[in-house]
Amino acid sequence: MAISDTQRKLLIALAALLLLALAWALPASGLLNPYVVQILMYVGINMILTLSLNLVNGYMGEFSVGHAGFMGIGAYAASILTVWVLPKAWAAWAFPAVLVAGGLAAAVAGLVVAFPSFRTRGDYLAIVTLAFNMIVKSVLENLEVLGGPRGFLGMPRLTDLFWVTAWVLITLLVLRRVINSNFGRGIMAVREDEVAANLTGVDTRRIKLYAFLISAFFAGVAGGLFAHLLQFINPRSFSILKSTDMLVMVYLGGVGSLTGSLLGAAIFTILLEVLRPLGLWRWVVGPLLLVLLMIFRPRGIMGFREWKWLGEGSLRGLRNYVTGGKG
Amino acid sequence: MSLLEITDLSHNFGGLRAVSEFSLKVEAGELAGLIGPNGAGKTTIFNLITGLFKVSRGTIMFQGEDITRWPSHRISAAGIARTFQNIRLFKELSVLDNVRLGAYARHGYGLLDAVGRSGKFKQEEERQRQRAYELLARFHLTPYAEMPAWNLPYGEQRRVEMARALISGPRLLLLDEPAAGMNQSEAQDLIRVIREIKEEFSLTIILIEHQMRVVMNLCQWVKVLDFGETIAAGQPREIHQHPAVLAAYLGKDGALVEEGSQ
Repeated sequence: MAISDTQRKLLIALAALLLLALAWALPASGLLNPYVVQILMYVGINMILTLSLNLVNGYMGEFSVGHAGFMGIGAYAASILTVWVLPKAWAAWAFPAVLVAGGLAAAVAGLVVAFPSFRTRGDYLAIVTLAFNMIVKSVLENLEVLGGPRGFLGMPRLTDLFWVTAWVLITLLVLRRVINSNFGRGIMAVREDEVAANLTGVDTRRIKLYAFLISAFFAGVAGGLFAHLLQFINPRSFSILKSTDMLVMVYLGGVGSLTGSLLGAAIFTILLEVLRPLGLWRWVVGPLLLVLLMIFRPRGIMGFREWKWLGEGSLRGLRNYVTGGKG
Repeated sequence: MSLLEITDLSHNFGGLRAVSEFSLKVEAGELAGLIGPNGAGKTTIFNLITGLFKVSRGTIMFQGEDITRWPSHRISAAGIARTFQNIRLFKELSVLDNVRLGAYARHGYGLLDAVGRSGKFKQEEERQRQRAYELLARFHLTPYAEMPAWNLPYGEQRRVEMARALISGPRLLLLDEPAAGMNQSEAQDLIRVIREIKEEFSLTIILIEHQMRVVMNLCQWVKVLDFGETIAAGQPREIHQHPAVLAAYLGKDGALVEEGSQ
């Protein structure tokens, strides 16, 4: 059955609203057990992280391995706001703004990686991002004000399934719109052939700046959500291991795919929970999965493909325009 | 004022002088040729014009502006487009996206327009998409629009590159060995296509080419390079009798035009 673009947009909007309503009502109703709700929230936070990392690693073709650094900066910035700056009574109302502030702090840190990316790429840029991640972690460990290695606590539990779902949807919406625009095509052109991109008029520096800023912003937001779910953060939560998890989710789900990011985050998060009885051994799963993926399916489940409802919808209409409706 | 005026351009790769005091004046509407043996510095000159290599000595003026130190994307936006000796398409992207990327600098909207899907965004996207489809139709590529570029046969890939170069509405088109790897009849077609697009898009063209037939047929005048030096200049007919040119290509007694091509 063929449906028009307008109908499709309406259906997507309705589905999003329904999802939000469920995310609000289900935990409150007590029908879902709190443990499941908790897992769903982790899935959502990981979805945001995976989507944002995929913009740089999948769509732009760079290899950032320090994404947890951005998450950490967002987590600490948002926590400082709710614990020290905002009066307790306001914190709940100001939560969305707090998350945005955490995202902005991470985006500023994104500049640290964006500028080196103008001059270097590939393995060398990967090392820059690795160093960035380590610097963030050791700075946090040495800032006694923030609790140093013991961590930072006292955040109210403001993260709930509703906010997580809302931010997954926002991330999805923004990234989908960026990707299906001139800028998104520019980002992918950088991946395909940076020199040719420059010579066809793509301002690759600006493109890289945008990609890193957007990516870091959403990683920061995810950090804020994470901090206000756990109510306790320490520098080790944002180490290179966390970055590795994100890489696994990106390459499992599929590079250059929004659908893949959602799938990768969901599968990996749930898998780790199911494997909980394995104890320490389950931490082998992530890296092992990464090795196997790189060998057997380097593009992941949905690499460079998109579930059609998340793809660029308007093409079909245009094909009709060209073929006079016969296509 | 000439459309393109290059004065005393030099470029070294380490100790090797790739281009030496090269000067060139191209008037609007001309079709000029740049020939010479492999390694003569022809492609290097294109890379210098388009800002891919940094110019160490000399100046490049385009439409009266000094573009010598401009970054590539700005030069492209100013109206110089090119194709490549070894095709450089965005392989995983669709043919449509490849062509639309040629008009990257013509999309007059910002990041916030894209995120907010503003009226300006919709209008611009629609305009550029229509323009891209017009060019796809012009180059007989419409059936391939949604295929990834790597999937196309060689000749079609060359046409995609041409469409990508033309969508930005350039004044000057640099063609780097467009006939490379083509047989006689394909080269004949290419000659016709280049003539047509020159008229249709009111272009000025500089052509690097090894197939003498293409050069003889198309170019109003030709410059011959060898080891970075300009060794001859003039009309194609004069050039292919020029002793220095014959020596550079084939040794003293060589004949430049292969048998049966005249």
